[in-house]
Amino acid sequence: MSVNMRFGPYGGRYVPETVIGALDELTDAYERYRDDPDFRSELGVLLGHYVGRPTPLYRARRLEEAWGLEDGLWFKREDLCHTGAHKINNALGQVLLARRMGKQRIIAETGAGQHGVATATPSALVGLGCRAYMGRTDMQRLRLNVIRMRMLGAEVTPVDSGSGTLKDATSEAIRDWVTNVDTTHYIIGSAVGPAPYPEIVAEFQSVIGIEARAQMLEETGGLPGTVVACVGGGSNAIGTFRGFIDDAGVALVGVEAGGEGPAGRHGASLALGRPGVLHGSYSYLLQDDDGQVAEAHSVSAGLDYPGVGPEHSYLRDIGRVRYVDATDEAALSAFLECSRREGLIPALETSHALAYVRDRAAELRGGGPVLVCLSGRGDKDVDQAGAALGIDASA
Amino acid sequence: MPDTGAARLERAFREAGRPLFVPYVMGGYPDLEASRRHVQLLARHADIIELGIPFSDPLADGPTIQAAGQAALDAGIRPSDVLAIADDLRGGPPVVVMTYFNTVIAHGAAEFMAEAASHGVAGLIIPDLPVDEAADVRAAARAAGVALIALAAPTTDDARMQQIGAEAEGFVYLVAVTGVTGGEMSMDDRLRALAERARRHIPVPVVVGFGVRTPEQAAQIGQIADGVVIASEIIRRIGDAPDAGAADAAVDAFGAGIAEALAR
Ligand SMILES: Cc1ncc(COP(=O)(O)O)c(C=O)c1O
Repeated sequence: MSVNMRFGPYGGRYVPETVIGALDELTDAYERYRDDPDFRSELGVLLGHYVGRPTPLYRARRLEEAWGLEDGLWFKREDLCHTGAHKINNALGQVLLARRMGKQRIIAETGAGQHGVATATPSALVGLGCRAYMGRTDMQRLRLNVIRMRMLGAEVTPVDSGSGTLKDATSEAIRDWVTNVDTTHYIIGSAVGPAPYPEIVAEFQSVIGIEARAQMLEETGGLPGTVVACVGGGSNAIGTFRGFIDDAGVALVGVEAGGEGPAGRHGASLALGRPGVLHGSYSYLLQDDDGQVAEAHSVSAGLDYPGVGPEHSYLRDIGRVRYVDATDEAALSAFLECSRREGLIPALETSHALAYVRDRAAELRGGGPVLVCLSGRGDKDVDQAGAALGIDASA
Repeated sequence: MPDTGAARLERAFREAGRPLFVPYVMGGYPDLEASRRHVQLLARHADIIELGIPFSDPLADGPTIQAAGQAALDAGIRPSDVLAIADDLRGGPPVVVMTYFNTVIAHGAAEFMAEAASHGVAGLIIPDLPVDEAADVRAAARAAGVALIALAAPTTDDARMQQIGAEAEGFVYLVAVTGVTGGEMSMDDRLRALAERARRHIPVPVVVGFGVRTPEQAAQIGQIADGVVIASEIIRRIGDAPDAGAADAAVDAFGAGIAEALAR
């Protein structure tokens, strides 16, 4: 079976010639190991005993009550994965693949630091050197994850170009890969980049949706009416949606970063961008008339990205998924509300999905259970959210 | 019917009688007027001029070209400003424009090619458009009489070299190092074997670039290829010059030195 290179017109491999051979090699390795029993069993054992899968499905009764969602509000608890977010589902799969490909070195870009931590972790486990590129701005706002990566033995290289955020870190990681492609595997952290990455990342993340669907059936005897996930590059969203894409009755909603709101800076590529090429694939993109890529903005570093994965562009165009956005302010208040009512401090990224559910509860009411991918926990965000919300550690 | 870009480029190789010198100028760096002057100065020594349109996310470029492009963008330089620089070179060495794919498709590839052709641009280099993705753009370029210049790299295997050769027009740009622009190449058996392999599979002239800094290196490349591209080193010299006059003089002297080394 071959690997998807395009999703409708989106995707492709718009990268320097130097790395085409490596993309071919990765495609071959993935085709070879995807259904290989040894590979799947090694990955399965580690997902179970190391990552902590399957993650629970949890009914958030207090928020359900507060928001008037009588049909039920359910969280798929990716925040309980080892390292604190869904990112490790992909990173672990790719580290095992890299080892089979004989690579000696792992590189990654990271925005929130969550993918960096998720990559440094299995790299330590199998003994591969790891370097993470992270924008200088993000290193300041996600200090805790920088320390975690370094404790895990990874090198963290600050990136000063552009706005010092995820876009710039990704460009720098790709430049490293172009230079060290013979020895190095690049683990991209979202369902973006040149083919075959979007397909590989989506497939490693599809465990979220596959588990969630079975758990919903078991817990409620039916499927959710609406499934909601936040969208940065789109890996937790595509992983969740893949479990439900063939269930025509299940509404799928992706929530992008609305940032400062419609008049200000934001990260809503699907709502407000137009198709273009960034980081190797053709997809919706925030850009100016000349095709210069715009700087995104979001309170959450993981959604602060002007592009989005190509499969989402396709799902948008065919109308299978609806893409909406939530502002910084809405996300911060949902962050606090989830913490106070459920005792779950969600990641700021995830808080965008929660803000949408809260603010559109009137529309969701009566439409069946709502399932949210709780993509990560908010430990990494306490400095930044604390500052924004006026909560600190002083006496 | 005027000559196509491919025909003009091929003529440049036939008529030079030595390996070609292909210097790179970033349009709009350090400012638009200065880049116009640098193009004119280099045209005295060069056989083909490579003119860069700055892009926000240049994946194939190291820090020197990145910074020059960012400076040009910060000053508000637009693709049309850079294409207009080519007007000054009509009757001089052919111009190939280098930019990234999103610049080309932002208004549509056909529109971009038509505008480039209207400024007399002979060829276009798009470092993030590998041969397998290029069919539509190549058709648009051909229709406008602009040659789409392909790149080949040390990691390109024989089958891809052949594929690149089969579609090639004007010349092929062979990347000397596994890496981005601005490093330093070294002449060794690997590079010799690479150039030989490329010439075996590619019927058009092969020009080598990435990491070439000195007249000695240029001369060495002249022995294994049909020409040499120099980019970051020129930008570095412009950046290091104390004032505009000194930058002009440095560009002129550097161009003269390379041309002389290639003529030997
Ligand atoms: C917890 C969490 N959720 C979501 C995201 C956004 O990424 P994606 O859209 O790929 O899921 C991130 C990225 O850092 C994250 O850390």
